[in-house]
Amino acid sequence: MSSTSTIYDFSTLTGSIDAALHNWMSPGLVLTAELVLVGLIFLTFYALLGLFLVYLERKVCAVMQNRYGPNRVGPLGLLQTIADLIKLLMKELIPIRKADQFLFNLAPFIVIIASFMAIAATPFAKGLQAVDLNIGVFYVMAVSSLGVVGILLAGWSSNSKYSLIGAMRSGAQIVSYELSVGLSLLAIVVFSGTMQLSGIVESQADGWWIFKGHIPAFISFVIFLVASTAEINRGPFDLAEAESELTAGFHTEYSGIKFAFFFLAEYINMFIVAAIGATVFLGGWMPFHIGNWEAFNHVMDFIPSMVWFFLKTFFVVYLIMWFKWTFPRLRIDQLLTLEWKYLMPISLINIVVIAFIVLMGWHF
Amino acid sequence: MSEEIIKNIIVRENEDYIINMGPQHPSTHGVLRLEVCLQGETVKYIIPHIGYIHRGIEKMCEAITYQQIIHLTDRMDYLSAHMNNEAVCLCVENALQVEVPERVKYIRTILDELNRLASHQLWWSAFGMDLGALTTFFYGLRDREMILDIFEESFGSRLLHSFNAPGGLMHDVHPNFQKGIKDFITYFRKKLPEYDQLLTGNVIFQQRAKGIGIMSREKAIAYGVTGPSGRGSGFSCDLRKYAPYSAYDKVQFNEILYTEGDTLARYKVRMDEMWESMNIIEQLVDNIPEGDYTAKMKPIIKLPAGEYFQRVETARGELAVYIVSDGNKTPYRMKFRSPNFSNLFVMNELAAGGKIADLIAISGSLDLVIPDIDR
Repeated sequence: MSSTSTIYDFSTLTGSIDAALHNWMSPGLVLTAELVLVGLIFLTFYALLGLFLVYLERKVCAVMQNRYGPNRVGPLGLLQTIADLIKLLMKELIPIRKADQFLFNLAPFIVIIASFMAIAATPFAKGLQAVDLNIGVFYVMAVSSLGVVGILLAGWSSNSKYSLIGAMRSGAQIVSYELSVGLSLLAIVVFSGTMQLSGIVESQADGWWIFKGHIPAFISFVIFLVASTAEINRGPFDLAEAESELTAGFHTEYSGIKFAFFFLAEYINMFIVAAIGATVFLGGWMPFHIGNWEAFNHVMDFIPSMVWFFLKTFFVVYLIMWFKWTFPRLRIDQLLTLEWKYLMPISLINIVVIAFIVLMGWHF
Repeated sequence: MSEEIIKNIIVRENEDYIINMGPQHPSTHGVLRLEVCLQGETVKYIIPHIGYIHRGIEKMCEAITYQQIIHLTDRMDYLSAHMNNEAVCLCVENALQVEVPERVKYIRTILDELNRLASHQLWWSAFGMDLGALTTFFYGLRDREMILDIFEESFGSRLLHSFNAPGGLMHDVHPNFQKGIKDFITYFRKKLPEYDQLLTGNVIFQQRAKGIGIMSREKAIAYGVTGPSGRGSGFSCDLRKYAPYSAYDKVQFNEILYTEGDTLARYKVRMDEMWESMNIIEQLVDNIPEGDYTAKMKPIIKLPAGEYFQRVETARGELAVYIVSDGNKTPYRMKFRSPNFSNLFVMNELAAGGKIADLIAISGSLDLVIPDIDR
């Protein structure tokens, strides 16, 4: 790990804060204070990130559609999404008469909590990770698929036919594509021999898996990209909301801040998926290194690890946005055919090939 | 044939899962209500309900003069406003046996084709949106804007221009008219291949459109489906060829025919028609003869008592105007045969048995304009 020694380790910062707190508090209080602190930081980060991603999407799609995008509120339209959020906060929450009130109100929270839990395990920089579980990949997979429960509840409890169709579609879609996402991530787990996200990042110090793992790793990356786009209900797989067919799908009946929750969760999920993809396939916060080019590698090390992480993540985010704004939507049977007849068999064969490569020690 | 019709009579059952698509729905392109019966994702039957934008245009025509009727016809198929105007004008001119100047014929034909281009551009934009490709909308409207600018320069209005008058045109075109059109044609010849790159070649689009909503030639004729939708089924029905009016007998062009009859065929007909429209305009735009912009007409037009009939090819099919006159300055009875009305009712045949997404694709490929159905 000599090449990464120059990178700033955030655990020194968090360690010193921890020590400072211990100096003038009892251990129990320190734990409470730290939990509150981390919670507050994540809340702020989550909200800001959501607003920024909405702004980014509007700008990206504007570029693709020959227009300017938001440019009136604030410099370069940066405050546009904040203005939109204030508008959503002040909007009336329209009560649905025959809706199942409890589940109807619960659904947006389940969706947003699922994305909250997934973001906790993301390694943002060296030593900057809220929880570093030794089953990180498994945890993220499990938690992010909880969101579908919220979507199903929303569709069911709205007591609207459009919502119900949207929710059923979403259920079928997410359950299917979960398999391909899991199998494509498993490929890299086989390569690196660990499920811990920080461990996977460390294993890419001498090269990212997408380069080290030959063609099978690249295939895994493509499958991951396609399947995860489907899992977060974004175009061309946005069948759950398909605005030209189902008006707005599962959140047809939601208004005001409850709608904003779904909206926010959708964008954060996109970020999470991109972050996992960047961490597992593109080296996470690891700088870009080329073999023995010592001087080049040294210069790359000077770029902070957090910058690397966000660069790669937003590259994947951009790819996902690019799909959405150029492709037509699939039909439900085509969507399921793609998963069960193409992506699943390919990923299964791919895993066998990767296991063989690892067994023979052919990867770098 | 009659047995088949009886077989297709829809019987509602109590346990049917009915969704009312419209009158406010993003994909019905106006206030059309489709009563859709579903079995899961599959469409069992569709019952279209029309009349949400019925304004009684045919009845209103009985109370106003022929010059005033022109302005009402804009509001039927607002995307083919010029063709609608022309239909009434031609009918009145034929009744009075007025010979309109050559200049008028040329300009009318050019405007017909420009209007067809603008209409097909908007259709392409909206069709992409129906299939979930949102970017098409901005590509289409970007290019349509140039046509609307040409219209605005000459007529002062962009959509409902009422530029025709019985006997000729309201006034002469703007001096920049020819230059503007030539600039547009050179521009759009470069931009039209972009449409194919963005949508036509896309794998997902091909899957969504190929083999969906197959309409046989017999079915097209039985339901009276005309225009590009009919020509996609191999029903040769282009009135510009069969009953040429204005300057269509002076130009060389091909009637676009596809025999597959599916959504993709209807799509391709319109895409190819855009190229043909540009060919027609190019043949005419340099040869507009000098002369008057209108024939000499009396200020009050009275048609001799009798029945008059005229058909034109709008962007959506065959529009027919039927006037019964009793010799007064207003018609005794006026009837429009609108293409969208016939095109709508074939939808149940095409979409039943498919998925909801197919229904949207089919209704997009039929290119319906709802005010034209209701009138």
